[in-house]
Amino acid sequence: MNRALAPAFLGSLGSRRLTTLLSMLAIALGIALGVAVQVIHDAALDEFDHGMRTLSGEADLQIVGPRGGFADALFEIVVLRPEVAAASPLLETEARLFGEARMLRVIGVDIFRLAEVQPVLFPQPAAGEDRFAALRDDAIFLSPGAMQALGLKAGDTLRLQSGLEPLPLRVAGGVPGMAGQQVAVMDIAAAQHRFGRAGMISRIDLRLREGLDLTAGREALGPLLPAGVQVLAPERARQQAAGLSRAYRVNLTMLAVIALVTGGFLVFSTQALSVVRRRTEFAFLRAIGLARQELMRWLLAEGALVGAIGAAAGVALGYGLAAAALTLLGGDLGAGYFAGITPRLAFEPIVVAVFLALGTVAGVVGAWLPAREAATVSPAMALKSGGDAAALGGGRRHPGWALGAALLAGAACLVPPWAGIPVGGYVAVALLLAAGVFALPMLAARLSRVLAPLRMVPVTLARSRLAAVPGHVVVAGAGVLASAALAVAMAIMVASFRHSVDDWLAQILPAELYARGARAGSSGYFDPAAQALIAGTPGVAKVDFIRHDTVLLAPDRPAVVLIARPLTADGRELPLVGERVATDRPVWISEAVADLYGYGAGDTIGLPLAGELREFTVAGVWRDYARQSGAIMIPLERYRTLSGDRLANDAALHLLPGETPAAVAARLRERFGGEALELAQAGEIRAISLRIFDRTFAVTYLLEAVAVVIGLFGVAASFAALAAARRREFGMLRHIGLTRRQVGLMLATEGALTAAAGALGGLVVGGAISLVLVEVVNRQSFHWSMDFRVPFGTLAAFCVTLVLLAALAAVLAGRQAMRQEAVMAVKEDW
Amino acid sequence: MGRMWCWLLLVVTLPALAVDYPPVRPGRSVSLPADTGAHPGYRTEWWYVTGWLDDEAGVQRGFQITFFRVRTGIGEQAPGRFSPAQLILAHAAVADAAQGRLLHAERSARASGLLAGAATGRTHAWVGDWRLEERDGVFIAEVSAREFSYSLALEPSQPPMLNGRAGFSQKAPDPRHASYYYSRPQLAVSGEVTVDGKRHVVTGRAWLDQEWSSELMPEGARGWDWVGLNLDDGGALMAFRMRDGEGRALWSAGTLRTPGEPDRPLAPSEVSFEVLERWRSPRTGAEYPVHLRVRAGGRVLELTALMPDQELDSRRSTGAVYWEGAVRVIEAGREIGRGYLEMTGYLETIRM
Repeated sequence: MNRALAPAFLGSLGSRRLTTLLSMLAIALGIALGVAVQVIHDAALDEFDHGMRTLSGEADLQIVGPRGGFADALFEIVVLRPEVAAASPLLETEARLFGEARMLRVIGVDIFRLAEVQPVLFPQPAAGEDRFAALRDDAIFLSPGAMQALGLKAGDTLRLQSGLEPLPLRVAGGVPGMAGQQVAVMDIAAAQHRFGRAGMISRIDLRLREGLDLTAGREALGPLLPAGVQVLAPERARQQAAGLSRAYRVNLTMLAVIALVTGGFLVFSTQALSVVRRRTEFAFLRAIGLARQELMRWLLAEGALVGAIGAAAGVALGYGLAAAALTLLGGDLGAGYFAGITPRLAFEPIVVAVFLALGTVAGVVGAWLPAREAATVSPAMALKSGGDAAALGGGRRHPGWALGAALLAGAACLVPPWAGIPVGGYVAVALLLAAGVFALPMLAARLSRVLAPLRMVPVTLARSRLAAVPGHVVVAGAGVLASAALAVAMAIMVASFRHSVDDWLAQILPAELYARGARAGSSGYFDPAAQALIAGTPGVAKVDFIRHDTVLLAPDRPAVVLIARPLTADGRELPLVGERVATDRPVWISEAVADLYGYGAGDTIGLPLAGELREFTVAGVWRDYARQSGAIMIPLERYRTLSGDRLANDAALHLLPGETPAAVAARLRERFGGEALELAQAGEIRAISLRIFDRTFAVTYLLEAVAVVIGLFGVAASFAALAAARRREFGMLRHIGLTRRQVGLMLATEGALTAAAGALGGLVVGGAISLVLVEVVNRQSFHWSMDFRVPFGTLAAFCVTLVLLAALAAVLAGRQAMRQEAVMAVKEDW
Repeated sequence: MGRMWCWLLLVVTLPALAVDYPPVRPGRSVSLPADTGAHPGYRTEWWYVTGWLDDEAGVQRGFQITFFRVRTGIGEQAPGRFSPAQLILAHAAVADAAQGRLLHAERSARASGLLAGAATGRTHAWVGDWRLEERDGVFIAEVSAREFSYSLALEPSQPPMLNGRAGFSQKAPDPRHASYYYSRPQLAVSGEVTVDGKRHVVTGRAWLDQEWSSELMPEGARGWDWVGLNLDDGGALMAFRMRDGEGRALWSAGTLRTPGEPDRPLAPSEVSFEVLERWRSPRTGAEYPVHLRVRAGGRVLELTALMPDQELDSRRSTGAVYWEGAVRVIEAGREIGRGYLEMTGYLETIRM
């Protein structure tokens, strides 16, 4: 390429600063979002991975079971096996700080078994502690991170909650090997005893005899394990974490890609118009010997430059966003996948390179069609005509293409997810957008026909202009369509989701007051005495106690939550979907269990309870928005009979008529002490849940706004560019007697028509995309269904606003051209 | 893990606990074989085997295996598989002149089912696949570690030797500091030793001590020297002294067995240790008297080490540094027997 031409092409970007900047901004936003999501997630996953690796130490295999643990008799059996070189038992407890919401992960260890498997967990007694400090049942050892987070030092007392009682423990030293993690270590016997989990362990980490491979080890140990306990390689936990958050991350990344696509459209709009404006220039360059291919390359280089600069700015912005988000929200952007770790951002050259390339590609792709148009035009023609109309390609009507793309989109929805990612759904979204763009000229034509009865001169002029230059509609309207489709799709999806969550909360929280012991495998619980005390509290009509645990249904999948609670035979308390089956041994599975494990109503399902495999019948499927890896409901009485476990984690309190939740809560606090019991009214829980929901989706609202603004800028930019090219036309119109007002009205009509075509297309395409999001993307990513809700009012207001704003943008953009002296403008032609 | 260290550990670290340990009284005598098993009520107890081995090529090596039982006083009210109420700590070593240093390894665990424990009624202590077990009058000692392993049968050729007054062994001027203590000298050894991946068929002679107590170390004691010697004529000598900070003997005692005579307990005045030569450890800087003259019950015995470096530096695990090694016994310029010498408290007073 001839360098001397650089000012003529790349320099032209500088002469249309505003549009160039806007294109860059759009690309930068898309890239920034993508980079931020990726970098944050990698940082969190790295830290999580590091933590997992540190925790599993040198273990070849891990024996894991339900979160509540399994009988510790297994340890002796395992450690005596000839295949096992060394084994270490662990009892993990999520301990609540007494009277606080904060949790601390407490790992009960056998210090005599750590050396060969998990040396990093060695507790180090502080100066002044005796040699048996690590065995004492009143001693706890904190990692440096936990010391810092809790503001404690050796010798201090840490008050944890056990059952409903405070458990004071002396900080007897540190766990220097666990830097970077917030964990505590104590003696395993002490942990069993002090947290009411006598005879239970939650994990055995082991090393195999030298020369024995993992498969052989698993095969040897597998038959020894009770039901619900499995032997796995430690990498699995990482894969599970990655898999669990992947759907969330991919969805955010798709939003970033949509922003990027919008940016690409904007590059397309501005390039298309700039090419029209520079037609004569190009024709001249071609005439003096510039090869067709070289012209094309130069124009692509313009797009690439815009894309690259935008991408570079986006990468910087993305890292800034990531840093801010990590500080404010944590590594999972508030979604709760990586609790208890503090990720650090790392510069990732590959990620950066990929996103820089993506931005550049977006610029090149956006510039491709206009560049091809410019290159194919014959110089003689271009020099002679000087008009813009013929130059605006892309205006050919493609009803067949639109139809084809829409049909393909429908087919893509039927594709099953790939590795948990709804690839088909995303392809369908892209195809629907394409179909919308193909259908745009047709839509514009239809719209202008609607305006036909309006016999005002400016309107008629605008109509005939759009009919004559359908390419203009595509150029200006594509951005509007893309951004409107995104906004509409998100609005419908979020509205459907919010409505469904609200309904679900109402159904899942039938009682007035809730008392929480704690989560499964954690240090708080209600023992039978506490349960009796709650049930006997004045004002309480009925208490449903709820027990949580987890069960492993398949070795390659995360544990499924097991919820035992009082249930009627037909499961009418549950937000059931689909048919139900009458059975005398019922369990109800969440949609995720149905999706992931292929169970349906009437199927027999084996659940390991207390080391025994028990058979149940799936009585129905219920909707669950809380547990992405699945949940199973089992009647409490049956659970208690089969497992012998009489503890409860939560209590749902139905009150006597006339009692207020506040009064009963006060009585409960009096009975149990205010610090041990977490109490919440159903209304509060609902409000908090919805608030969290809204906060989670705030980022999508922001994205919609950005997309719409970008779309409007697209309209403004295209009209500004065209207005400059149409000065002669405006001059002529004024010359033959149109007032400035009428010219303005004509421009406004053109803008409004274009935007209306875009918005209408956006509505249709957005509606279709939202269906894909609800029925395919969410279902396949998160395994939950939702009721389809269209917020008609919001959408109507949104479209009208968009059309009005587009009209305004068109007028403002055209004003400069209208200011020209009419005679001067016409004269230019002669 | 020196016996001295273990006592120190317990006495210094468990001052006042809610657990009542039975005291050691002069009235109760050791009665065998009932007392060869564990005495779980007492604070600490050990079975200590030391000996010399000759392999098929005539190479001489020393070996040692010890099982400690410790009642920690922790967690007794909450029984369970992982209760730390009783701990079993085992220590094994091989002294091979070709290695130039001790090969040693240790195992520790809570007493729990088949994993670790010390049986009552007969000698049987185990941690994982390490064990010392009496079967039909023969002791089996089995140890496998990274650097070495052995499997030995130890057959008594003589009756046990009760130390002190019928097994009541005083450790300080105050009779409160005492233990129940008997020895089994002159055990005939046969079995296999693997060192450096090479297996050797061995025979030899060994010595077994069993001792249990609740309170032992007198105040002011800095360390202790102990010998257990099998003499070629069938005789045996156990002697020890407790040293203060200046290296003076706070207390000493012993038992001398001469063939054809009853075992003779030795009073403090009848036992003394004289340093002839010291060796300085390049690792810890501690100086050990590896060449000693022991006067006991009228005999004057010179002890020379199989090799000077038989120091055990376990500061990174148990925290103890001491010397525990095979020695030859010279009397009137002639080797008349072999045994083991243990010296503790030469680096620093062990503080917890």
